[in-house]
Amino acid sequence: MDILRIATAGSVDDGKSTLIGRMLYETSSVTQDKLDAIEQASRRRGIDYPDLSLLTDGLVAEREQGITIDVAHIYFSTPRRKYIVADTPGHFEYTRNMITGASTAQVAIILVDARNGIAEQTRRHYYITQILRIPYLVVCVNKMDLAAYSEDTFTTLCHDFKALAASATYPEQQLTFIPVAALWGENIARKSDAMPWYTGPHLLAYLESIDYTSIAASLPARFPVQQVIRPKSEQYHDFRGFAGRVTAGVLRIGDRVVALPSQQKSVVEAVFAGMNQTDAAVAGQSVVLTLADEIDLSRGGMLVPENDAPQPVKEITAQVCWLDSTPLVPGKTYTLQHGVNRVKSKITEIISRISVETLVAEQGVGELRLNEIGIISLRLAQPVFAESYAANKYNGAFILIDEQTHTTSGVAFVM
Amino acid sequence: MSLIPSFPDQLEDESIYIMREVAAQFERPALLFSGGKDSITLVRLAQKAFWPARIPFPLLHVDTGHNFPETIEFRDWLVRETGAELIVRYVQDSINKGRVKEETGKYASRNVLQTVTLLDAIEEFKFDACIGGARRDEEKARAKERIFSVRNDFGQWEPKKQRPELFDMLNGIIDVGENVRVFPISNWTELDVWTYIQKENLAIPSIYFSHQRNVIERDGLIWPHSEYLNLQPDEIPFNATVRFRTVGDMTCTAAVTSEAATIESIIVEILAAKISERGARIDDKRSEAAMEQRKKEGYF
Repeated sequence: MDILRIATAGSVDDGKSTLIGRMLYETSSVTQDKLDAIEQASRRRGIDYPDLSLLTDGLVAEREQGITIDVAHIYFSTPRRKYIVADTPGHFEYTRNMITGASTAQVAIILVDARNGIAEQTRRHYYITQILRIPYLVVCVNKMDLAAYSEDTFTTLCHDFKALAASATYPEQQLTFIPVAALWGENIARKSDAMPWYTGPHLLAYLESIDYTSIAASLPARFPVQQVIRPKSEQYHDFRGFAGRVTAGVLRIGDRVVALPSQQKSVVEAVFAGMNQTDAAVAGQSVVLTLADEIDLSRGGMLVPENDAPQPVKEITAQVCWLDSTPLVPGKTYTLQHGVNRVKSKITEIISRISVETLVAEQGVGELRLNEIGIISLRLAQPVFAESYAANKYNGAFILIDEQTHTTSGVAFVM
Repeated sequence: MSLIPSFPDQLEDESIYIMREVAAQFERPALLFSGGKDSITLVRLAQKAFWPARIPFPLLHVDTGHNFPETIEFRDWLVRETGAELIVRYVQDSINKGRVKEETGKYASRNVLQTVTLLDAIEEFKFDACIGGARRDEEKARAKERIFSVRNDFGQWEPKKQRPELFDMLNGIIDVGENVRVFPISNWTELDVWTYIQKENLAIPSIYFSHQRNVIERDGLIWPHSEYLNLQPDEIPFNATVRFRTVGDMTCTAAVTSEAATIESIIVEILAAKISERGARIDDKRSEAAMEQRKKEGYF
């Protein structure tokens, strides 16, 4: 069974949690005891219908304020596939949580309130789906019931959004518009009678129709090593295997490989998936590989095809989303984590800050604050084997970890 | 034709990756083992992650003293079978030392008390990472928790201070005294766990299958009768054909009427179920925020 990962985004009060609650409800993914609990809780809050957003707003602070603060992960399945939904917060101050929820998504759903049109947060979230290069984007124009189910309203909004998308940096993104009223389930999992002018699929039908295959397997092979497995048991006395998850491409028995950073060459001798031996390891698989020769390779290193190896880089230019309340400033050092590899790094320059409202790059900026996006350059203590995010997103992103607080302060995309 | 969905293999790859990150990023990890299906799944994933080497960390069981005897029997069998190291710490010892006080009354259970025993064990062994089988589909507060969940000096979860988790990059850097709770099967659902158990042909404690048991009815739920239950005068034990959907303490885990005697029939039953898994956990019913509250206090 395959999995489709979805992230929902949109301004506060655009009804994301309600939309997800509705999808769960319509796919019979909510059990009776949970529905009963929601009805009770809704009544306590003086709402006369079951407030489906309560299905996902899990924290006390969220229910008190009626907003989403942190990403909730929700699961439902259809006979076709399993869906993992990251319900991300709309509030500006929680943008970082939106990035967290969206980083692994294959589909982004951005909600827009039919009455308000495109808001600042819509632009911001759209821009983030572009930076992350999320392959599919669905714009759900919500609360159509409060806009008299007007076709004109919908058309105008689509038009405005397309104008925004004209400046896309990732034009391959598949863009779809659906008019919905999440509260009443209109066009969520059934065609709405209230909007006969809309001839496209309802949201769930659209999601089901997505035939997603990751391009990861078609890229050059990248195998970052997590651990060296040395059993030191009698049976496996000389066993020395490299444990990791193939991030891109395929590695087969007999493939000629080179270990990074040592640059020593060898040949893939065996592939183990759990306790079973197999012939090949494909992108996404966690395996243990053994090599024909004793070479220098350990955690943080990488096995790649001899004829298609990434270059070592010590100076990086990258687009960064800042996630920390302590700003990024030039000269500061961070622990850079690229996959499972950590090196020391220093910010050499903030090249620009990008306004997500106007997409204008502003130069001469002294710092990048929480939720801001910019382009920076860094110098590394040791080289990493990162590639441009646009060429290989599975080998092109890294995080910056604050050396004092150890928090994940930023995420960056190699340019 | 079978209507049972197949297990999504990506989930296993993701979980094995997480297991290896724990072993690589921490000095003294432990796997919290309850004897339930989720921790049995974790043990399998750990075996696969490091094979042909042994599981490189111990299993830690916090024994409340109110376990089903079948669970303890199963635990000891699994440890023999896998050659894993087992550490057991007892809530009874925490009570004897005056660290916690036994609850009284009709609903008395040791569920809350085990947090103190767990935190004491973490301190005793200086564990810096504890792997747990919690899943995000179980409960609303859990749906918000990261895969690497940093706990402060007091073992507490601070939901507003969670570290962003981008792609599959896990940041387990901590200060002395802090520890991380790790949830490798965060993205699995109850159904995924069962289809995995079926696919891997894993052994599970017998109480998951339909059996005859002496029970009572309380608050519309079927409770297992045991010496630990504070029976009320109007509660008359009777025999019923039941099974358990989760394995917790005998004082806080309700049974369901069931004839399911195989993994396959359990899966069919879950697919048709109207009540969620934790709907049979009496510990969660204490309030709307019961789980978040316990997590903030250091619970798993």
